[in-house]
Amino acid sequence: MKKPENAVKERRQLNGNTLLLLITIALFIVMYAVGCVIYAGKGFTHLQNFLNILITNAGLLCVACGMTCVMLTGGIDISVGALIAMDCMLLAVGMSEWGMNPILLCILVLVIGVVFGMFQGFCVGYLEIQPFIVSMAGMFFCRGMTAVISTDQVSVPSDSLFYTWANAKITLPFGGYYNKKGILQVPYIRVGVVIALAVLVIIFLVLRYTKFGRSLYAVGGSEQSAAMMGLDVKKTKMEAYVLSSFLCSIGGICYCLNTMAGSVSQATGLEMDAIASSVIGGTLLTGGVGNVIGSFFGVLINGTISSLVKTNGKLLSSWANIATAALLCFFIVLQSVFALLKDRKK
Amino acid sequence: MKDNVVLTMRGICMTFPGVKALQDVDLTLYKGEIHALMGENGAGKSTLIKCLTGINNFEAGEIRLDGIDGPIRNRSTLDAQKKGISTVYQEVNLCPNLSVAENLYIGREPMTKFHTIDRKAMVEGAKRIMADLDFDIDVTQNLENYSLALQQMIAIARAVDMDCKVLILDEPTSSLDDNEVEKLFGLMRRLRDEGVSIVFVTHFLEQVYAVCDRITVLRNGQLVGEYPITELPRVKLVAAMMGKDFDDLADIKPEGGNDLSNAEMMIDAKGLSHKGTIKPFDLEIRKGEVVGLTGLLGSGRSELARAIYGADKAQTGTLKVKGEEVKINAPIDAMNLGMGLLPDDRKAEGIIADLSVRENIILALQAKRGMGHLLSRAEQEKLADEYIETLQIKTASKETLIKQLSGGNQQKVILARWLATDPDFLILDEPTRGIDVGTKTEIQKLVIQLAQEGKSLIFISSEIEEMLRTCNRLAVLRDGAKIGELDGELTQERVMAAIAGGGDSE
Repeated sequence: MKKPENAVKERRQLNGNTLLLLITIALFIVMYAVGCVIYAGKGFTHLQNFLNILITNAGLLCVACGMTCVMLTGGIDISVGALIAMDCMLLAVGMSEWGMNPILLCILVLVIGVVFGMFQGFCVGYLEIQPFIVSMAGMFFCRGMTAVISTDQVSVPSDSLFYTWANAKITLPFGGYYNKKGILQVPYIRVGVVIALAVLVIIFLVLRYTKFGRSLYAVGGSEQSAAMMGLDVKKTKMEAYVLSSFLCSIGGICYCLNTMAGSVSQATGLEMDAIASSVIGGTLLTGGVGNVIGSFFGVLINGTISSLVKTNGKLLSSWANIATAALLCFFIVLQSVFALLKDRKK
Repeated sequence: MKDNVVLTMRGICMTFPGVKALQDVDLTLYKGEIHALMGENGAGKSTLIKCLTGINNFEAGEIRLDGIDGPIRNRSTLDAQKKGISTVYQEVNLCPNLSVAENLYIGREPMTKFHTIDRKAMVEGAKRIMADLDFDIDVTQNLENYSLALQQMIAIARAVDMDCKVLILDEPTSSLDDNEVEKLFGLMRRLRDEGVSIVFVTHFLEQVYAVCDRITVLRNGQLVGEYPITELPRVKLVAAMMGKDFDDLADIKPEGGNDLSNAEMMIDAKGLSHKGTIKPFDLEIRKGEVVGLTGLLGSGRSELARAIYGADKAQTGTLKVKGEEVKINAPIDAMNLGMGLLPDDRKAEGIIADLSVRENIILALQAKRGMGHLLSRAEQEKLADEYIETLQIKTASKETLIKQLSGGNQQKVILARWLATDPDFLILDEPTRGIDVGTKTEIQKLVIQLAQEGKSLIFISSEIEEMLRTCNRLAVLRDGAKIGELDGELTQERVMAAIAGGGDSE
């Protein structure tokens, strides 16, 4: 090949966004290591403690994956917490009072998620309404519907198939240890974790290797350019919200598998946890930047904070919120510092 | 060649609220030609192209494309692309957050047998495309890591690679330097020889004569005519665009000889600098003087102005305004000292598209007065009327949204915005870029008039002729540093020599 006449200097440098992701991962490791040192006596070092974080946050992980997709387009979906509450209530009431088949119910929940997402997505994509407003309406709707279904705290009956799923322990072939009584403790995860991790992997692949995934980035990067390059911006946006609500419904099932109950006040503020996880994981609110691996670590960090506070036992649980707030600030500042540095370089 | 008609547009009509944007316009494009579409701002060039690419829904007329029976009507850019009509716009329409390779391939990615994107093939293909154009860049890097000029070339590379029959280049050269323009022309000629038909929209007359085969001229939404390039010399082209003989351009040189060396010192900058953009410089500007900043694109012209204005806070040096030393931390300080800056990127930094002409005009004045002293509606309207009148802003009314105005008129509105603050010192950064010859002349005249009224100006332009006509003195920049000044008899040769690093600079 002939030598190009005006070779442009290649810029091989650590991309600011990759660096953010590395910082997130490092932060998680450091945080967890600190926990291990301080609370070594309280079982923090055991693999099961980490797995418990996954078990507790399986639902959140699904939701965060969907949230990341929506945020990539520059949008936001704050209806997810309420949708989860509605899903859980539907599952609990459906099984205990209406006597419905759990498989059928799960399918129903997923279908509702898709339809709900289509409606929100249509409003955002085709009617060009602010996503915040649309999903806020969605949030009120779901919270309201939850109360319409039942205002009680409803539990999933213990004789149902769902109950069996929830209590299924999937044991891991490693990491076992003998407790003080000399009984082998085998680490385990639950069905919800398997679902959530599958969602994570699938969404990671979708974002990286499919036209739809790349369209999300393109739309978030520049809507106008995406349209000019022949992408269907409206459809892409709509699909993002459908995906978010669908993943949220999967998350709702995972959530219910964990809590085994439905109540009106369930999962309040979960949407904010999902947004926080995405942001801590390097997703920009302005869209176009982020990925679900970051969001995964965002969820883990979120879970680790609560786990640390819980393990301590003496701290008020609100300290977890304050720690999350501090982290959010830290990451937002970091993001804008990187953005400034990038501008400076130009 | 006459048999090889690729595209015909016949009797295209298009109306925007209150404006007949296109009336009965024709365009004929032959296989393997470069066809210039010329006209002043607001003549309907962009509208016509948007009709072709499916963004505008034209009301009457028909478009026929070779190989397709019957008239076509594109409903979207995607639609147009599928039929072989690709467009590269003035503003780079790519996604900064995606890699170069993805930008080249988005919407038509190579797929693996599992219906997923074949990233490896995509990167290989992108490397090949860029190597074909003699660009050796890392295609896996994000687009935002590259210069605007390179981004533009990538946009063209994308269009070229899409097997297009018709390639529309809408002001593609606005952000390119000469070297890059030449490269683009080489590419255009090669594509022409390969049988691609190119519609080339530009404001640079030289460029038209450098590459084009035929010219279609529009004026006020109507077709003036279609000419082979050899039959339309420059003067006639300008005349056709303006609708009159045009010798006005030469006449606006300021009355020479008025000695300003005793005039009051307006700006006295000593050793100002901003890290990474402009090295320490001295600059003196007297009352009533127009100082031009000249140099190649990216030599630090805008950056120098921004350092004075506080848009990039100066980190070293001192600045005296009217003899008093001042500290400018942010543009608002500069405004309060009677300065104004008209930024070069009017889309991003200048106009607020969804506000009306009136609101855009009063913006700076209101900001200067502070929100505690609201301008009354009557005052606002009076100001707006006044400037629409004096600057001859072509707008349906003062309540029209600024985004509905043509580029040149938008520029006038921004100028009005600063004039409304009654500044003593005004920085005009590329005020005439991308606007038509007629408005250019008006703005040049205005600059000279303002100077005669006793205002001081910095005038930045890439067109040396324009600088020669308007400036008393030129400061020459190269590679982020001020390298000298030119005054006395300014000629194109002297300026070129100074920019290139000849002996004329200090």
